[in-house]
Amino acid sequence: MRGTLAKDPYNIVITGVGGQGNVMASRVLSDMLVRAGFKVTIGETFGMSQRGGSVMSHIRVSPETVWSPQIPKGGADLIVALEPLEAIRVLAGYGNPSVKVLVNMRPIYPVGVITGEDQYPSAETIRKTITALAAAARFLAATDEAVKLGNPILGNIVMIGAVAGLGVLPIDRGLFETVIREGMPAERAVANLRAFAIGEAAVA
Amino acid sequence: MNNKPGEDGMSVNGSRKEGAEVLLMGNEAIARGALEAGVRVAAGYPGTPSSEIIETLSRFSETGKLYVEWSTNEKVAMEVAAAASFAGLRSLCVMKQNGVNVASDFLLHLTGSGTRGGMVLVTCDDPGALSSVNEGESRHFARLMEIPLIEPADFGEAKEMTRWAFELSEEIRNVVMVRSVTRMSHASGNVVPGPLPVLKGKAEFICDGPVSDVERGPVISAPVIQKHRLQQEKLRRAVALFETSPFNAYAGPDKPELLIITSSACALYSREAVALLGAEGRAGILKLGTTWPLPPALLKRHLLMAEKVLIVEEVLPFLEDQVKILAAEQAREIGIKTFYGKNDGTLPMVGELNPDLVAEAVGRILGISPPALPAAYREKLQEFAAMVTKREQTFCPGCPHRASFWIIREALQRDRRRGFVCGDIGCYAMAALFQAAGFHTAKTLHAMGSGTGIASGFGKLGPFGMEQPVIAVCGDSTFYHAAIPALINAVHQKADITFIALDNSGTAMTGFQPHPGIAVNAMGETAPRVEIGALCSAMGAPVVCEDPFDLVRTRETLNRLLESPGVKVLILKQSCALSPEKKGKKQFLVQVDEALCRGEDCGCNRLCTRIFRCPGLLWNRERKKAEIDEVICAGCGFCTGICPAGAILSEEAAKS
Repeated sequence: MRGTLAKDPYNIVITGVGGQGNVMASRVLSDMLVRAGFKVTIGETFGMSQRGGSVMSHIRVSPETVWSPQIPKGGADLIVALEPLEAIRVLAGYGNPSVKVLVNMRPIYPVGVITGEDQYPSAETIRKTITALAAAARFLAATDEAVKLGNPILGNIVMIGAVAGLGVLPIDRGLFETVIREGMPAERAVANLRAFAIGEAAVA
Repeated sequence: MNNKPGEDGMSVNGSRKEGAEVLLMGNEAIARGALEAGVRVAAGYPGTPSSEIIETLSRFSETGKLYVEWSTNEKVAMEVAAAASFAGLRSLCVMKQNGVNVASDFLLHLTGSGTRGGMVLVTCDDPGALSSVNEGESRHFARLMEIPLIEPADFGEAKEMTRWAFELSEEIRNVVMVRSVTRMSHASGNVVPGPLPVLKGKAEFICDGPVSDVERGPVISAPVIQKHRLQQEKLRRAVALFETSPFNAYAGPDKPELLIITSSACALYSREAVALLGAEGRAGILKLGTTWPLPPALLKRHLLMAEKVLIVEEVLPFLEDQVKILAAEQAREIGIKTFYGKNDGTLPMVGELNPDLVAEAVGRILGISPPALPAAYREKLQEFAAMVTKREQTFCPGCPHRASFWIIREALQRDRRRGFVCGDIGCYAMAALFQAAGFHTAKTLHAMGSGTGIASGFGKLGPFGMEQPVIAVCGDSTFYHAAIPALINAVHQKADITFIALDNSGTAMTGFQPHPGIAVNAMGETAPRVEIGALCSAMGAPVVCEDPFDLVRTRETLNRLLESPGVKVLILKQSCALSPEKKGKKQFLVQVDEALCRGEDCGCNRLCTRIFRCPGLLWNRERKKAEIDEVICAGCGFCTGICPAGAILSEEAAKS
């Protein structure tokens, strides 16, 4: 039943800012992949992450091997960014000419930008940069879509839907539904399923 | 939003059909291993990266089957777990690396007295200090205390080794130490949950035999020489078992050019490094699960295979030193080796490792260059990297600590005697770490409770000419953990200090674990509260309680306290902004009146943004005015008091 991967290991980075649901997104995606028959390693650090810092989950997917919780530099195959500046930060460390990038375009300003010391790049600069550094890039309004669903945090699930929609991993809506229905009460699952479908459609 | 694993059900401990692989965090796998071993009592103190082990177990707690507690500190946790062992039950105690320092006095005596029911100590180290203010190495305690040490190198092993550790403990009747690291504890992977045992056995402390009877006698570490000898015999039995342990495994050619000896997450980095270099035919990896004492025959067999040996580990060269001792002892049989590792600088002596660092090291030894990105792409990366501004951590919007430190800063400025704060461990350590912020008033930062002890010392330096007022800050959980003896000392010695308890109603930094000041315990039962104020009053210190969100009143109180001699206690009580009762609920709707905001001409040096640094209060570069980000603002209303022009306005939010 196990599908095939473009590479062994297939390396995914999910990145964002503390409080955006980064850990939840990496868990859901990885849970789907484990159920699809793969060995998955998620590497992450948390603790201070809710205090406005950059967060990053490394997901290694393999048919047989447990890979290390840290992707080697320049080794990402897919970057899923819940925040645009974080997409560029991760590209700087893990980008390569064949990387694919999914970006939620809603910025969360760093403290230095809030205080007026630093400048946040314009949306256009961000698009140009990511397009220049990635083999393929898709820009989504995941937070805006999530707000329409009633909860901005669902932006993370919109992005997971987009990952499925890209077709680079052997995962689908049915698998997502299994994971999400086991994991939460029915009323919350409905909003999550809608968020997933929106993301899936956005990249179709 | 709460992403604690398990609460969203994403990591249910084997609720799916048995034998199916599930995704578990390393800490959940450790907890699962303890459950499969039939653990009956688990105790710990919260600390990243260890906290999820006790949290996971607390969800399985059930009267008479599994008792779980957050103890006041690690030493007490170990004592609580030991009592269960003495009564014949399997028990677990869990802590982060520096917690072992706290527990070590008891551990020294416990390992001398021995245990009965299987007792396992899990320590989670934090190489690279990702969530710590130290890079402490708990592995040395295994050697110091003469107990066996085992280290899992993947998620399945985290579960299996924890389960086995209880058997080993019962086999040798002593504590077994399982050491994890952040990249194991907080990483996740495939685990096959096994069956949970039928729990049996009644708790009874049998102590009617003579002292020489380890089954029925009193549990003490005396007569010391006799017990110490017995302890070392136990260790030799462990080594004999280690010789054939399935947790030690070699993979690679029969005669590798380079033998890599490694353990824990570094085993995964080593495997990846060899793969990156395509050196599978030249380098072999001996992954050790049993890392102290090392099994000599196993090591000898593998050392015989290669002339060059690289030891890969975090943080200090613990394994490296032990391997070298064995190699020296066996030199006649195994010949002369060239060792690479931390001591010769092949690998860094500080910080955490990763596949790239290991690949570079292996590549240098074997003369292979790790794969590199195309030069044109690297140039492009460098060109764009400059736009990535740093994302510094700060107190959350609505955090009472920002308010408390703002008040402390103002009070010290008004006081004019160059006073300072002795900091402590918690989110409020940011008052020591982030120097750009207005709340940067904490000038010392060490161990749990040390702020108070250090202040107690400063508070006695008046006769030596010291005129600066001394403040100690301490969070509520830290207060119970280690500040109480220091504060009693300060009172008794008549030290001149102002002690500020930053009471945000929970162990907020590690995820709101309860402590003795909260009316609930780890198992969700109601529990008696031990009040900070009542304790301080009983010590004989004057106690004042204020709201840190009341700027003027609290600042005046603090200035008054700074003036008077002896120990004064100020409790600043306000729940954490992320606490369930506060999260998502605004008390005030805050806005900036642009007509009143004087912008750059104010003369305040943009106090509101540059110094106050609340993520909810922005500086609009175009309009040159401050503004509130309504999405991010938590509605605490504190900032209305900081603006010299009175331009920040608030009104009570409608109760929903």
